[in-house]
Amino acid sequence: MLRALQTAGFVLRCAAAFLFAVSSGIVVLGDDPIDFDRDVRGILSDNCFQCHGPDAEKREGELRLDRREDFSAPRDDGPLVVPKNAASSLLYRRIAATDETQMPPADSDNALTDAEKETVRRWIEQGAEWQQHWAFVPPRRPKLPQVVDENWCGNEIDRFVLARLEREELAPATSTDKARLLRRVTLDLTGAPPTVAEIDAFIADDSVMAYERVVDRSLNSPRFGERMAMRWLDLARYADTSGYQNDGPRQMWRWRDWVIDAYNANMPFDQFTIEQLAGDMLQQNRGLYRGEWHGLDLNKQDRDRLIATAFNRNHRGNAEGGIVPEEYQVEYVVDRVDTTATVWLGLTLGCARCHDHKYDPVTQKEFYQVFSFFNKLPEYGRAVKEGNSPPYMLAPTDEQTKQLAEVRRRKKEYAANEQLEPNTIDKALAAWTQQLAAGNEQIAWTITDGLVARYQLDGDLTDAQADTKLAKAEGGTMEFADRGAGKALELNGETFVNAGDVANFGYFDPCSISVWVYPRGDGTLVSRMAQETHGAGYYLHLEDRRLQFNMVKRWLDDSIRVETTSQLTLNHWQHVTMTYDGSRVASGIRIFVDGVQQPTTANHDFLNQTMASEEPLRIGAGHSAFNGLVDDVQIYNRALKLFEVAVVSTDERIEQIARMNAEDRSPRQTTKLRRYFLTEAAPEAMRTAQQRLDNVIHEEATLIASLPTLMIMQDAADARKTFVLSRGQYDQPRGEVSPGVPSLFGDARVENRLQFARWLVSGENTLTGRVAVNRFWEMLFGEGLVRSMEDFGSQGERPTHTELLDWLAVEFAESGWDVKHMLKTMVMSATYRQASTADKAVVERDPENRLLARQSRFRMSAELIRDQALAASGLLHERLGGPSVMPYQPDGLWNEIATDTNYEQSDAPDLYRRSLYTYWKRTVAPPTMTTFDAPAREMCAVRRPRTNTPLQALAILNDATYVEAARALGQRAMDFDEDRAKRLQYVFRSVLARSPTTEEMTLLDRALSRYQAAFHGDDTKAKKLLSVGEQPLDEGVDVVELAAYTLTASIVFNTDEAVTRE
Amino acid sequence: MIDAQQLALNRRAFLQAGGCGVGMAGLASLLQADDAQQPHFVPTAKRVIYLCQSGAPSQIDLFDHKPELERFRGQDLPDSIRKGQRLTGMTKDQTAFPIAPSIFKFKQHGNSGASVSELLPHIAKVADELCFVKSMHTEAINHDPAITFMQTGAQLAGRPSIGAWLSYGLGSLNQDLPTFIAMTSGTGGQPLYDRLWGSGFLPTEHQGVKFRRTGDPVLYLSDPPGIDRGLRRSMLNDLNDLNRLQLKQKQDPEIATRIAQYELAFRMQASVPKLVDTSDEPEHVLKMYGPECQKPGTFAANCLLARRLVEQGVRFVQLYHRGWDQHAKLPEKIREQCQATDQPSAALIEDLRQRDLLKDTLVVWGGEFGRTVYCQGNLTKGDYGRDHHPRCFSLWLAGGGIKPGISYGETDDHSYNIAENPVHVHDLNATILHCLGLDHRKLTFQYQGRHHRLTDVHGEVVDALLNVPSNAAG
Repeated sequence: MLRALQTAGFVLRCAAAFLFAVSSGIVVLGDDPIDFDRDVRGILSDNCFQCHGPDAEKREGELRLDRREDFSAPRDDGPLVVPKNAASSLLYRRIAATDETQMPPADSDNALTDAEKETVRRWIEQGAEWQQHWAFVPPRRPKLPQVVDENWCGNEIDRFVLARLEREELAPATSTDKARLLRRVTLDLTGAPPTVAEIDAFIADDSVMAYERVVDRSLNSPRFGERMAMRWLDLARYADTSGYQNDGPRQMWRWRDWVIDAYNANMPFDQFTIEQLAGDMLQQNRGLYRGEWHGLDLNKQDRDRLIATAFNRNHRGNAEGGIVPEEYQVEYVVDRVDTTATVWLGLTLGCARCHDHKYDPVTQKEFYQVFSFFNKLPEYGRAVKEGNSPPYMLAPTDEQTKQLAEVRRRKKEYAANEQLEPNTIDKALAAWTQQLAAGNEQIAWTITDGLVARYQLDGDLTDAQADTKLAKAEGGTMEFADRGAGKALELNGETFVNAGDVANFGYFDPCSISVWVYPRGDGTLVSRMAQETHGAGYYLHLEDRRLQFNMVKRWLDDSIRVETTSQLTLNHWQHVTMTYDGSRVASGIRIFVDGVQQPTTANHDFLNQTMASEEPLRIGAGHSAFNGLVDDVQIYNRALKLFEVAVVSTDERIEQIARMNAEDRSPRQTTKLRRYFLTEAAPEAMRTAQQRLDNVIHEEATLIASLPTLMIMQDAADARKTFVLSRGQYDQPRGEVSPGVPSLFGDARVENRLQFARWLVSGENTLTGRVAVNRFWEMLFGEGLVRSMEDFGSQGERPTHTELLDWLAVEFAESGWDVKHMLKTMVMSATYRQASTADKAVVERDPENRLLARQSRFRMSAELIRDQALAASGLLHERLGGPSVMPYQPDGLWNEIATDTNYEQSDAPDLYRRSLYTYWKRTVAPPTMTTFDAPAREMCAVRRPRTNTPLQALAILNDATYVEAARALGQRAMDFDEDRAKRLQYVFRSVLARSPTTEEMTLLDRALSRYQAAFHGDDTKAKKLLSVGEQPLDEGVDVVELAAYTLTASIVFNTDEAVTRE
Repeated sequence: MIDAQQLALNRRAFLQAGGCGVGMAGLASLLQADDAQQPHFVPTAKRVIYLCQSGAPSQIDLFDHKPELERFRGQDLPDSIRKGQRLTGMTKDQTAFPIAPSIFKFKQHGNSGASVSELLPHIAKVADELCFVKSMHTEAINHDPAITFMQTGAQLAGRPSIGAWLSYGLGSLNQDLPTFIAMTSGTGGQPLYDRLWGSGFLPTEHQGVKFRRTGDPVLYLSDPPGIDRGLRRSMLNDLNDLNRLQLKQKQDPEIATRIAQYELAFRMQASVPKLVDTSDEPEHVLKMYGPECQKPGTFAANCLLARRLVEQGVRFVQLYHRGWDQHAKLPEKIREQCQATDQPSAALIEDLRQRDLLKDTLVVWGGEFGRTVYCQGNLTKGDYGRDHHPRCFSLWLAGGGIKPGISYGETDDHSYNIAENPVHVHDLNATILHCLGLDHRKLTFQYQGRHHRLTDVHGEVVDALLNVPSNAAG
């Protein structure tokens, strides 16, 4: 049973939470038969299981009380239970004892009340029949109960509810009025209120089908998927950031959109389950791509199934420097197990991480058997700080997939252009080469696209790409030596070039460095770093004559080093190119010598923060000073392509290459000549064709770079083994375990994650259906039939209507796990359609509404409150899916607790998107949401509290979201009609659906008059109010009138009824 | 467990009385603090000011004086001291672990003779009011889990913070301010997280309210432009009238509560700005806290504000000051940190004492773990850095029933391991709760089938820190 919640003077909580009754809602009286499961197990579980329950380690006296056989097992100290004879039963004697044999011991934290002792006594006297915990018994479709008032019943649900009410001699509430019903069902199923026109139409529709049509319309609205997704996101701990320390961004919205689509398509819940838990194992074409799924070349079904698996990658990821990765890798798996068990089984499996479960029959070993399903990812415990952690996929939307196919079609088409046929090119090239060789034109050519700096070093430090001269000599004067026709810079191990603030690259910035070197020893060739050993920054460096490219934030644990296995030759000119693709990993770095890519090793490959440095670009210094000559340093802000590397590494001018015999030209010379010809000198038709091809290649690359990625589930080929972890500690492995499900569910062979997912939605476990329908029920009735929605185990509450829950669970499975069918069945019931008010006597009798003699009134969720305001005001911008957006939020909220994180408010229309698209930063969750009890999404949350606080009052009164919405609703009302009364009604009904009463109209009218008076003659004051929000004012609007209507709309948004689903 | 059910019933009667159309006077009574939960035994502290030094201050350079270390300067930390204990990923691959003695001078202060570094001259002056604990230890080795552990008793997110537990266990001391307020200062260094003042699985009303340094001190506190107090009052009257009609019809006490909360919000709009406006403080007080105390968002300003808040009956005020994570250039950076925090911390103690509030206000000053004796990065004569060190760290407590002028616990000669009287984070939290009259084993909340506590299944009250040992308090 839930404990009563204390209240502070400051904050008063939803009243319903104050009101407690015994968990089953039934008080056992007189000679009523005692039901072990209902009446006795809870007593034993609360008071005895800690020492006499499933946990073997803590068990005392070799006695356990959680299984049937325990009660009849022979014992030395006498039989535990003698049916119909409490006095001879050890169990009763010990709990009834007042001496030192008393159980629980007097010095423990537990004690039985007299009533509880009496219950145990009577259970024994009545025969001591044992029953399994209700939730572990398979649900069977119960017979429909007989009721007196058949007419009241709309469908099967009502029979269960009414039978109980009749037994308690209570009558159900009347049906609610049409307007309230429409608001209720529309909010419940779409998360937004009905429009005034919809209300009018529904009220005017007298047909018996009117309501059902509304239900169908709501279920078929795209808003339905958004509505359902809102709730699923809490369970899935979905967010846009990683959740630890700096809480950097990640990209998971493609999964969120998958959820919306799945609900809208009414994907059966079994498929919904299997794809999210193991969609990767349903792939037609399985395979790993360096631990990442490429994701581009998958068919839609395969892609969507992979996307679904992001469910279990939504957990937090720790990117903090210095952590022990193994420790967090274990936490991620534990999170997956906890979340999956809570969402599908309603079990607190996580309790068995460190020891056997204290209350439910789950051993520690069984916990790790389930753990092993989720422990096979090729994952690393230290998460990526900004972005997704492997394994992840490229996850294009359907629209992007289409675009990509189109670009690729064009690429193929342009490449096949007859102008670009090799023979045609060769012929034209040969003719032009001959001509060029014969002439006396000089053509120096390099790649200039993306060239940010070029130091040709022909006697000075000029940067060919800069107007101002920044570079200066340090450590001595610059010496230049002759090299060919030009000169080269001579560095002596003391001298170097300080080139100033150029080429400032971060770890997401692709770049390339091209340089001629004549090494006499080791040292740093080009760098932008703190000038010290392993300083922070990047540096192209020669060590033991091997080339290195280093990117360092903090040396060792936050750095990348790629090193060639080959060595440069001393006292010899060689050309070096380094290209980096901005991928933040060692595999994105390539090193070329004389145009030839070199084999490399990656000694360090984990850079988790940008290495961008305030230090200047230096030539010849950084980690250590260089001794030798350097020439023609070229730096690009992109990764050069292979042919471009050939071009920059070729010194000879174009006409010099042309004059060589074709067979004497090196491959890079040939490439340089050909590329020059194609882009600069070929006939116009050929150049145009080449340009077109180059453009489309660029277009394809840009499109691919823009595609969203998504973290997904994958089992590694060499998957890690799973061990029982002593005390749950990552570094205390005990015995290896194989995958499996707890024996409490029978002996099904479940050996991998896919089988586990299938098992969850098979008839073999007793919980999934019950847990799922219970959540649907809570959405529509404010509380679940099992109120402890997150715990169906022996410490949870029993259902208020056990048979109804079972009927619904069976119906769900037998309907083919049809979600819309279940929701429709529930909202079509008379139970759902009752008024939410009831006679005082009924309320006093059943303050928590466990008997369902009325509907519930409860405060709406944060999302619904905001979406209602946006919808009612017409500001709502409806667009399904897409990257998360940043609506209004007070300035500085992120920055004040985490430097360098700035909330960049979106522009219209993204300011007005539905709330489930709001960017979710876990360590500073959006205040419009958390003020109204949204969880931070740091962990799976099954239900939200419903508090009632002054901070909520301040939010709806003063937050720009609501002030602007009030203005927009006021404007709408003014546009709706000239008539004052009709305008007021419009405002009221847009939010509350029903028409105001005469009394309310009087109040609204009086309020409007006051506000008109308050702004009268003071346009400036009115304009100030109307300036809130980005939405422009209509031209020529009467600002005083609009300000008055704005405040009127504001008080309607602030009424209790507006934030309440009635 | 406190008899919450009985309270709930009282509350229910209250709400229903309110629901039957009593006027504003009746509604105002809903907000009285008189039904707050009672402590388990007589408390020695009514309120807490917790000065969290985020990033982990170096115990070796501030409180844990190790004069002998100078002899070992630059020598590798012996295995006999390190004992194979785990290090962070930042230094575990270092080829050497050179010992870096503090370059700061220590002196003994006050009658108690407490060792305090020259970096903290003001704290040194109030040393006789303080209780230094030098044998703190924790489990986490990184900031996020470690500070989460200090504040919630668990390394991972999801548990209530201490302030939330106190709000849940003790309720409010006032009528128009939150029970639990958090404030932040400092920039750079380790970030903070809302969960540190969050309510975890407790009802959200127990979460700390963040008092902000920019914009509205409380989110959405200001009326929109163009609305003055009179107009707001008039709107609230209209709103109340509409809500009252519904209350009459529906008899739902939740509506009465909502009306009351709007009234409370209205009062807060007046009381909070007044509270954060420190211009009415006398000159000598401002002087005591130092020149920065009139600059909003500084640690000094927050200390002064903390005193004003506890005076007004806020039960738990938590200050977070960032910037103590000195992996490199420690000497330079720790000077800046001390500059910003030393004087106001001491001033707060003195100010509370002068107002006779120190006797029942518990003040806690400390970070989430300690720092290594060995140098991270290059050790030079005047420069060094220190990595995270969970094996030992120092903090101090004052007031609220804590024994003043003592130093508790000892570390070994390297300030690496605890030599005597270890105090685990759970012990500290148990002791804090104890000062507030709460038995940490009995303050529980059932969630997911389990009775949860701040101290999990651990923690012992550290009697030696208390004026009156716990067994005497009953």
